[in-house]
Amino acid sequence: MSSTHVIDVDVNGEVRRCETTGRTSLADFLRDALGLTGTHLGCEQGVCGACTVLLDGQPVRSCLMLAAQADGRSVTTVEGLSGVDGELNPVQEAFCGSHALQCGFCTPGMVLAVQALVENVPEPTDHDIDEAIGGNICRCTGYVQIREAIAKALEARSTIETVPAR
Amino acid sequence: MTLQQERPRTGPLSEPERHYLSKPDRVREDRRFVTGKGRYVADLIRPDTLHVALVASPHPHARIGAIDTSAALQVPGVVAVLTGDELAAETEPLRQYLDVPEVQWWPLAVGSTRYAGEWVAAVVADSRAVAEDGAELVVVDYEPLPFVIDPEVAAGKDSPLVHPTHGTNVMADRHFAWGDVAGNRALADRTTTVRTRWNRNSTVPLETFGVIAAWDPHRELLDVWASIQMPQFPEQVAGSLRIPTNQVRVHFDVDVGGSYGVKRGIKHAVLAGFLARRLGRTVALIEDRSENMHGGDFHGPDRIFEVELAYTDKGDITHIRIDVLDDEGAYPGRSPLQLAKPIGAIVGPYRITSAEYHAKAVVTNKTGQVAVRGFGQSPTNYAIEAAVDAVARDLGMDRIELRRRNFIKRDEFPFRIPSGTEYDSGDYETVLEKGIAAADLAALIAERDELRGKGYLAGIGVASCLEPGGGNAIFENIMNPKNDKTTFPEACRIRVDGEGAVTAVISISSAGQAHETMVATLVGEELGISPDRIAVVRADSLSGFPSQSPVGSRMTIVLGQAIHGAAGELKNKLRIIGAHQLGLPVDEVDYRDGAVVSGSNPDVRLSWGELVAIAHRKQHLMPPGMQPGLEMVHVAHTPRSGTLTSPEGTVQLYPTYSFELHLVLAAVDPGTAKVELKRYVVAHDCGTVINPDVVRGMVYGGTAHGIGVALYEQFAFSPEGQPLTSSFMDYLLPSSHEVPRIVDVEHCTPSPYTSHGQKGAGEAGYMGAPAAVASAVNDALNGVGAAPLHSLPIKPSDIWSALRAAEQESS
Repeated sequence: MSSTHVIDVDVNGEVRRCETTGRTSLADFLRDALGLTGTHLGCEQGVCGACTVLLDGQPVRSCLMLAAQADGRSVTTVEGLSGVDGELNPVQEAFCGSHALQCGFCTPGMVLAVQALVENVPEPTDHDIDEAIGGNICRCTGYVQIREAIAKALEARSTIETVPAR
Repeated sequence: MTLQQERPRTGPLSEPERHYLSKPDRVREDRRFVTGKGRYVADLIRPDTLHVALVASPHPHARIGAIDTSAALQVPGVVAVLTGDELAAETEPLRQYLDVPEVQWWPLAVGSTRYAGEWVAAVVADSRAVAEDGAELVVVDYEPLPFVIDPEVAAGKDSPLVHPTHGTNVMADRHFAWGDVAGNRALADRTTTVRTRWNRNSTVPLETFGVIAAWDPHRELLDVWASIQMPQFPEQVAGSLRIPTNQVRVHFDVDVGGSYGVKRGIKHAVLAGFLARRLGRTVALIEDRSENMHGGDFHGPDRIFEVELAYTDKGDITHIRIDVLDDEGAYPGRSPLQLAKPIGAIVGPYRITSAEYHAKAVVTNKTGQVAVRGFGQSPTNYAIEAAVDAVARDLGMDRIELRRRNFIKRDEFPFRIPSGTEYDSGDYETVLEKGIAAADLAALIAERDELRGKGYLAGIGVASCLEPGGGNAIFENIMNPKNDKTTFPEACRIRVDGEGAVTAVISISSAGQAHETMVATLVGEELGISPDRIAVVRADSLSGFPSQSPVGSRMTIVLGQAIHGAAGELKNKLRIIGAHQLGLPVDEVDYRDGAVVSGSNPDVRLSWGELVAIAHRKQHLMPPGMQPGLEMVHVAHTPRSGTLTSPEGTVQLYPTYSFELHLVLAAVDPGTAKVELKRYVVAHDCGTVINPDVVRGMVYGGTAHGIGVALYEQFAFSPEGQPLTSSFMDYLLPSSHEVPRIVDVEHCTPSPYTSHGQKGAGEAGYMGAPAAVASAVNDALNGVGAAPLHSLPIKPSDIWSALRAAEQESS
């Protein structure tokens, strides 16, 4: 049937050693083996972006990647963004503040795509923003409130950055 | 009581003092979704669950011969393979809403397969991957049969028949004429007729359909978790499985990852429920994208319209005729009813006093159709608006001026249209003016002309459309008089526990409509208690109440009415308790923000805590004979429902009518014919808004969906009957690159028939966007002398052909 592999993968800051089959996608591994059901599957073809996770900080489609390929890498899922008591990170907070979602199915992938933008792009233009979320389909919102949330998250970032370190 | 609730308010509607309604507030559902803690059906699968994969027909029409399952059953982990014959022997067919007894529909094809992609067998295994391995090994003998793909061919005499024993592919053929047709035609100086094509598309939610079923033989109970938005779901599943309805428990506490109408899934649930009972195991059927796109029966309307408008030289439209042919796909089910809903808005927002409507539904060898956002209204709006634009072109009249001239005026409401439906309220001219101001129409025209000067094709689109709200089921009666259903209720329980905490209980699932926020806000407003302190939970189908699910933009209206009723009964009980304790007549005390207060002396009062304590624990202080506790269930009719269609075909369809005006600027690259939407403004009026962020989100999202319909989305078939759009690579959903920065301006014309003046908003944006975008492209083509395009989606190749044709004509 399929080969088996033992992998060490850092998921949301915790190194997990797991056995997985060679044909198991990273998305299925996260959902089924680790119970991280915040990673959603919309097309399993790399188009919709619902399964987006951060691999070493960069957004990737977890449906197109095998779990075995994540061996030795660091994966951040949406569950890794909130604090230990469920407190929202600035991107999540901005999404709530703008009601940048409806059904919530694309939201984890969208939040992670925006998280990568906030972390990696210093002063994004409108074009940069459309590029950052251009691979994530949202069927509910028409992207308007998502763009509003991105503006808020970027504003929050600049506020945090200008607070002098104590 | 009922009469009093439904009597329209008279006199000017003053803005009542509101604590929570229409105020900016967070949406309580959002928190769980941004943290990845939604509970969608696929998230509920336990490790011991069995999984289903499906064997799909490669033929559009074929007789099914032997099915060899032996190789599949040899695969380690495969538990069972089920064929259509085995399933049909022990279940009832899926429900048809038309009177078509010869049309038999089961979750798996029986005898013959009637479209490419139809499910022929189901493979059950201990993982989805193994089930798919097994499905690949099922061998089916097919004998190909003649098929029909084109609906106009299907309607003809010599067509191959999709259901031969029915004798024809025509499933419904209804003619209506309302008002003084001959007289109004005589008033007209001329007519314009436009044929429009609304090709097959759908809402295509990002979450596919999924269902989990578990049978407990000891309790004799089938538990069902599903991503549904479907009226009568538990009843239909039970009926098909031949078990009593009280042995099917559908759990509504399941987040649905988008629906916009389509998440019906009866056949999926019957299949999973049957397998769960037969195998004694929990069974999950979670479609993959390819199963969803063609085997799930989730396609939407597929229509050919002919709209004729009769009008005077001055531009007064006197009469409308609409002929429509709808391609239902292979199994009509509930979808032909979508031809009836537009009867309630058959003249759009225009003062047209006679109408003819000819609606025909045919079956073809394509995937089945299902209810889509607006239940047939958006295609009809598109067809009407395309004809209005054509009248403006033929008259040489400004498109906006033509619309303004024909609008029903604000002082004419309630306005009875010729088909018998009364529009509740509206102020179309003011909404239009708001849209013009927000778009800065003069600047928009200047920008269009500047683009044209730069060599682009550029055009401005306009559409003014209605959104019927407060769905009821009377369209079932219109299309099939045997369906004499006139009740389509919703219900809410408000409970105040012994500590005074308030919980509202509903029995529906939600697909992003923020119902928990809506319910908390409305209960809070009714009781004068902060919504933050009100819990909202969902009962299942056995512990809950009558509900028809959130279809037809109805929850703020019908569930709102139920909340109003339950809160009213609760406040009344509290007043009786308070008056008894204060020694006052009941009519001399008021309920005010959680307390019962003497009408003459506000210092004489009983607090919330005291009232709750009496109701729950102090029988000695209760009025004699009163039940303890504070539990109120109110089941509400849809406002203005309750009457069958008259023999002449007149009927009150929906109770409320929202209005939207779209203005859009499109630029078309003359080299590639790619359309870019540069500006987009929607002016929208859905009466009293519950939560502003939710409503504008609906407007934006529906508009984006409509942009997809206008420019990108189509379920296409080859002449051989093969689906050409089986994935998101082929079926194009708009991304952030395609959807412009939509501007929404709101106006409020309250409905006199709802608890707080609210109307429907769940289909907003989608009602007018396809028409508006098409209008913009056609204005661009008109600017270079090219003929308008009347088929959606408008593809670059269509524009290119129109431009070439114009060039050839001019040379």
